[in-house]
Amino acid sequence: MSVRAAVRAYPALLRTGFAGAVAYRAEFLIWMFSTNMPLVMLAIWSAVAREGPVPGYSQKGFTAYYLCTLLVRMMTGSWVVWELTMEIRQGTLALRLLRPLHPLIAYSAENLAAVPLRGVLAIPLAVVLLATAGRGSLATDPRLWIMFIPAMMGAWLLTFLVMALIGTLSLYLESAVSLFEAWLGLSAVLSGYLVPLDLFPESIARVARVLPFRFLLSYPVEVLLGRLSATQALLLLAAQWGYVAVAFIAVVVVWRAGMKRFGAYGG
Amino acid sequence: MIDVRDLRKHYQVHRRDPGMRAALRSLFHRPTETVRAVDGISFHIDEAERVGFLGPNGAGKTTTLKCLAGLLYPTSGEVSVLGHLPRLRATAFLQSITLVMGQKQQLLWDLPPAETFLLNRAIYDIPQKEYAETLSELTRLLELGPLLGKPTRQLSLGERMKCELAVALLHRPRVLFLDEPTIGLDVSMQATVRTFVREYNERFSATVLLTSHYMDDVTALCPRVIVIDKGRLIYDGALDELVRRVRPDKRVNLRLSRPVERADLARLGRVIEQKDASAILQIGKDQLQAAVAGALASLPLVDLTIEDPPLEEVMRDLFAQETERREALP
Repeated sequence: MSVRAAVRAYPALLRTGFAGAVAYRAEFLIWMFSTNMPLVMLAIWSAVAREGPVPGYSQKGFTAYYLCTLLVRMMTGSWVVWELTMEIRQGTLALRLLRPLHPLIAYSAENLAAVPLRGVLAIPLAVVLLATAGRGSLATDPRLWIMFIPAMMGAWLLTFLVMALIGTLSLYLESAVSLFEAWLGLSAVLSGYLVPLDLFPESIARVARVLPFRFLLSYPVEVLLGRLSATQALLLLAAQWGYVAVAFIAVVVVWRAGMKRFGAYGG
Repeated sequence: MIDVRDLRKHYQVHRRDPGMRAALRSLFHRPTETVRAVDGISFHIDEAERVGFLGPNGAGKTTTLKCLAGLLYPTSGEVSVLGHLPRLRATAFLQSITLVMGQKQQLLWDLPPAETFLLNRAIYDIPQKEYAETLSELTRLLELGPLLGKPTRQLSLGERMKCELAVALLHRPRVLFLDEPTIGLDVSMQATVRTFVREYNERFSATVLLTSHYMDDVTALCPRVIVIDKGRLIYDGALDELVRRVRPDKRVNLRLSRPVERADLARLGRVIEQKDASAILQIGKDQLQAAVAGALASLPLVDLTIEDPPLEEVMRDLFAQETERREALP
């Protein structure tokens, strides 16, 4: 399908995706509430900060960090890996392949369509909490606020593409879910989801700063909190979108080769 | 239109015995075997033909359809549909075909069928005027009116199948691959689907390739059949000719004014069924004339009809003959 045709179909895909998310609204909200690890970590680190100084973070600094983490995580989440794995195993991917639209474009619209519903919950929560508990900890440079938008888009895309890549590996493996669990474990540590990267020993932090995990979560949080200069943020934005490009190429290559192995099981 | 030359699709399948011990052994040793789902079949189908694609379970029918629809990469051989190589899934190809699978659905489960229709309009880039015309025609032919606004999950199987057909034909495909489209439907719904497919074929000169285990579908829709067994083609030709070749005998249905002795019927031919004052005889083609004359002369006849044996029996005999032939091979 040409890019023009995909662009033309995209609004309808988003509308249907949104209708689907609304049909599952209760389940969807419960799923979102299950993203509560940053709040747990906030409680732990706040207690630590009360006991004694933590380099670079006050109690208020932790509050702002974990609330931003929660916000970024909620707004960039995706579920394509589970859906793709299931559809490959059950053969129902066949129905998507029959349409003149690349299945990954359809998946992206379905996942993106849920963002407004996430926003309904995440944004008011974040605004209220940041205005009270995290006041004064956000970026003051307007250039960082502008860069926050492409940084969030990059984080969403990178999350989606990594999930799509691992999901596509189900064409080669019996199931790629355990592989994704391993990725998720590494990501929880190295993306700053559990602990800010600044608090790692320097040798580990140095590695974590260049790995792709940072760009899924920590990088947009660092931008929002003003922990980077505008120049640093811009360089890192380029690095993030570089990772997006690499992930995109990897998905395309793995998908094309994998299609030769698709079994279209069942029916 | 559709050209298939020496198509093969082989799978590597992991084999293991049941039980814990076999499960543990399979951690280290995973023997595989090659399953020849389709093993060198060739055929050609012209535009506007309606062809039945028959075979027992596991014969390779669905695998062939999936190769034709571009879902599976053939192991070897050549497949061309409307001049396209299906495995490349070019946009022009996908816009010209449809595959309806009776056991799979493309309707969005939690949303009304109307949402899937709108989505497909956008995906297939159907002009608004053509979309409105097609939808109104499909709604009328398939009586979809009250169903379009109900969530798909709340539709009955028959209602859902009608909507599946409609959504699959919204873009007016030139080639219809129908894989068990009437599975699970009641008799009246099956008849509706058959009539609809026939009308669509005649109206748009669309090519239809149909698999079905309901022989009534095949009899009603397909003048030509292609039969495969164990991945190999065993017959390609007119349905009438297949029946004549495999079962040259006829069925003679007798309605009598009073019951008669079985021996009186057995003199005329093989008694398949005898019930009160009616009977069904199986009679060889060469003995038919004499048997009918004998029945007229010796039985208290009210009515007599002659027909071919049921297609189910023809197919059963064909596959039995094929199995015997294979077993006789060195």
